[in-house]
Amino acid sequence: MIPISWYLIFAAALFAIGLFGVLARKNAIAILMGIELMLNSVNINLVAFWRYLNPEAINGQVFAIIVLAVAAAEVAVGLALIISVYRKRNTIVAEDIDMLKF
Amino acid sequence: MTPLQIIFIINAVITLFAAIKVVTSRNLVHAALWLILVFFGIAVFFVMLDAGFLAVAQVVIYIGAIAILMIFTIMLTRRVAKDSGAQLNSNWWGGGILALIMFAGITWILTHWQRFQTTAPTIPATTDSVRQLGVGLVSPNGFLLPFEVASVLLVAALIGAIMVAREQKK
Amino acid sequence: MTIETLVWLIPLPPILAFFLIVLLTNKNKGLSHSIAIGAALLSWAGSMAVFWQAVNTPELGKNPIVSTYKWLPLGDKWFNIGVQIDPLSAVTLFFVAWTILMIFIYSVGYNNYGQPKGDHDRPGLQPHGATVIDENGHRHRVPSIEPMYSRFFAFIGLFAFGMYTLVVSDNLLTLFVGWEIMGLCSYLLIGFWYGKPSARAAMIKAFMTTRVGDVFMLLGVVYLYAQTGTLNYRDIFYNEATLHTLATTPSGILGLSTSGLIGLLLFIGAVGKSAQWPLHVWLPDAMEGPTPVSAMIHAATMVSAGVYMSIRVFPLISAGMQEGGQVTSAMMVMSFIGAFTALFAATIALAQNDIKRVLAYSTISQLGYMMAALGIGAYVAATFHLITHAFFKALLFLGSGSVIHGMEHGVLHTDDSIDPQNMFNMGGLRKKMPITFWTFLAGGFALSGFPLITAGFWSKDEILADAFGHGHWAVFLTLAIAALLTAFYTMRQITLTFLGEPRTKAAHHAQETPWTMTFPLVILAVFAIGIGWVGIPEHFPLLGGLIPNWFHEFVGGTLLEHPVGVEFSPWPLITSLVVALGGLALGWTVYRDIPANAPDPVEKALGPVHKVLKNKYYFDELYDFLFVKPAFWFAETFTSLWMDRKVIDGFLHKVAQAVGIIGNFFRNKIDKPIINEFFGDGIGNSVKQIGQDLRPIQTGKIQQYMMFGLSVIVFSALFFYFFVLKPF
Repeated sequence: MIPISWYLIFAAALFAIGLFGVLARKNAIAILMGIELMLNSVNINLVAFWRYLNPEAINGQVFAIIVLAVAAAEVAVGLALIISVYRKRNTIVAEDIDMLKF
Repeated sequence: MTPLQIIFIINAVITLFAAIKVVTSRNLVHAALWLILVFFGIAVFFVMLDAGFLAVAQVVIYIGAIAILMIFTIMLTRRVAKDSGAQLNSNWWGGGILALIMFAGITWILTHWQRFQTTAPTIPATTDSVRQLGVGLVSPNGFLLPFEVASVLLVAALIGAIMVAREQKK
Repeated sequence: MTIETLVWLIPLPPILAFFLIVLLTNKNKGLSHSIAIGAALLSWAGSMAVFWQAVNTPELGKNPIVSTYKWLPLGDKWFNIGVQIDPLSAVTLFFVAWTILMIFIYSVGYNNYGQPKGDHDRPGLQPHGATVIDENGHRHRVPSIEPMYSRFFAFIGLFAFGMYTLVVSDNLLTLFVGWEIMGLCSYLLIGFWYGKPSARAAMIKAFMTTRVGDVFMLLGVVYLYAQTGTLNYRDIFYNEATLHTLATTPSGILGLSTSGLIGLLLFIGAVGKSAQWPLHVWLPDAMEGPTPVSAMIHAATMVSAGVYMSIRVFPLISAGMQEGGQVTSAMMVMSFIGAFTALFAATIALAQNDIKRVLAYSTISQLGYMMAALGIGAYVAATFHLITHAFFKALLFLGSGSVIHGMEHGVLHTDDSIDPQNMFNMGGLRKKMPITFWTFLAGGFALSGFPLITAGFWSKDEILADAFGHGHWAVFLTLAIAALLTAFYTMRQITLTFLGEPRTKAAHHAQETPWTMTFPLVILAVFAIGIGWVGIPEHFPLLGGLIPNWFHEFVGGTLLEHPVGVEFSPWPLITSLVVALGGLALGWTVYRDIPANAPDPVEKALGPVHKVLKNKYYFDELYDFLFVKPAFWFAETFTSLWMDRKVIDGFLHKVAQAVGIIGNFFRNKIDKPIINEFFGDGIGNSVKQIGQDLRPIQTGKIQQYMMFGLSVIVFSALFFYFFVLKPF
């Protein structure tokens, strides 16, 4: 049988990859993709914990669903922002959007 | 090696590979497509974890809505990002190190968790997790409030997105 | 009202007069003098009533009229003050009351009441005459009224209060109070005409000199109090045990007993007050004051106070002396100073030309007589001479004032600019001023000791008899020679002033003075002639025994042991007759018919000695050199210039400079660089610098922000895990 450790390590790896994507990519949309990866890894974690530790209660899935909903909302808003910024600045390279500086 | 384990390993490899491709491909559209594959893999995992509803919700929402949204945005912002040139910014190595440290750290901490090696408990076959989930979400003793809050959040996000992204009329 | 209450009330009217005049009636001259004379009359009436009661009390010495009052609480005792009328104070009260009243009345005329205001008269200067135009249009100048008229009466009122207080008091403390009040009034009245520089100098000189004496007297009073715990006369001078204790306790100074030392200290006070040598220098200069002042203060009353006090403390001075035996050392000092002064002053009087100066030195000389008499133990004789001297000296001074006024009238009339007080400018005044002449003559004869019909004869003779009878040859001889000189210069004065012909135009036009001035002269002349008859010794040839020697009986009762009268001997009587009549005759012979502008015959006779006498043996110059100049130097140079300005002010300047330097240091070296710049501005600047250095962190690039955030989280998690959780 699959011990929980496999899921957890997998989720950790996915999280790390997503983190790399957030930190290292130029394009703002690519950053958002990395964020999505991280959110998904969190979902995996949640469900794994639910399944392995307390499957009678439904809390784990509910949590995961809420996370799902929130992720969706956040992506929508984030992409709307990127479009707005693109319209203004004509760029979506994160490094170039640095007006809030000293 | 049980069959489940084998499926797990294969799925994990595919998903991780796809994830790496997401963060490294030059072409954004390709990255989006690889992202869809990742979502699929996640859905498979959900199935393996006896969270069927969640798997379907994952497919519908993530792939059906979020990934499509991303592709639309990529197309709308195509002109500048010519999908050429380096896609990694100047501090990519710092990010890499940090990611590695994160991974190592999390793993290391988890190994010291005494329940790290627990196996899945059996669940009776008659459990209807979907029904349970439904009841939980709408019962006042359950998670009605977070459910409602989440729906309000979605409305807000919706309106917000529309407001932010609409054409500015002068 | 009891007699004790009356005694308390006697000093009251004059002080009331003083306050009333000063506060209310200063502008109104007539009202002021009326208040003053009214007060003097009241005190006189009270004094006469008390005196009458006193002489009708048998054994007054043993039970005097006494009234005390608890004044100062001292722990469980009280310091009492009060009044006491024993024989000595009774007779003193008598002459004080009469002379004060007479002088008050005299002052009205002397200050020219009723005369017009002067042309150039100002307060602070002598009145200089007013110009009047009579019916024919002639202008002539007449004496003008004193501008400070009321002030004069106020001051003499205060003075009278002081003297009465001194006489009626029953303890040395209130005596001293009266003493000092009189000293103050003397100061104020000598310098009455404060516009004159000589008057100002004289007033200070008088006060300072008597002060020297007063310091010693106060020491004596304090010492006495410390030894006996009381200052009351009855408790000390009438108390055998106290006197014996004081006489037998050695004081440790000069081998004197305690009583001797105290007596000597008190005597020094009298030396100052009664102008004995060496503190005699102030009295002649005190003649700068108006003549009533000279009469009252410096002839009849204040200088008499010194003698009164000495007589009062006589039991102390003579404590330890056996009756008829060796005198105590304090008494020896007293007799020496008294006799010496008598001769010394008489010699100076020979060479004086100012009418008042002669009388001043004469006063000093006569007071010396009294001191000498006390010094040889002739208690009753000294008291007798005190009383007779007061009357005839007051008479003489008032007479001289009358003469000066007459002369001034002549000066104003003739516009002659001569000194109206110089006897060599007078002459022949007996025709112009008869009343003054006859009264002055009576006084002068009394002073000289003209036999039988003058009071001075009886008192002086008693002193000489006492000196002779107890074998004090030196004193006897000195006093006899002094008597000769006294008679001589007195006759010189009378001859030069009244006899012969007028030597100047002013003398020619002299006029008799108004009744306010001549009336007191007459009254005093009556006393000058008659008062001696109350003390005729019993064994006097012919007259003795006809009238009992009331005075000896009465006053002798003041002491614990009634003094025994001296045995009669013809020698002192003969001596006294010879010196008195001889001196008078000599004076008349030498000085009659001196023409105008002629020099003094004595000047030629004595030669260079005369110059010394005229300059008063140069004592003033000596004291100036020894005391006055060093005192000025000390005050001006040493204290004011060196100590005050250089040392103390210098020190203060240095302190101020140092403070300035310290302040400067703190400000410029510590406050500004360290606190302001280093801390204050420094912190501000460094914060700014840090802010500026940290600015670049905000790049605006969100990925960098995230990296930072994550690094921090990672590292803190590691730290937390390894160093916080792991050890536990």
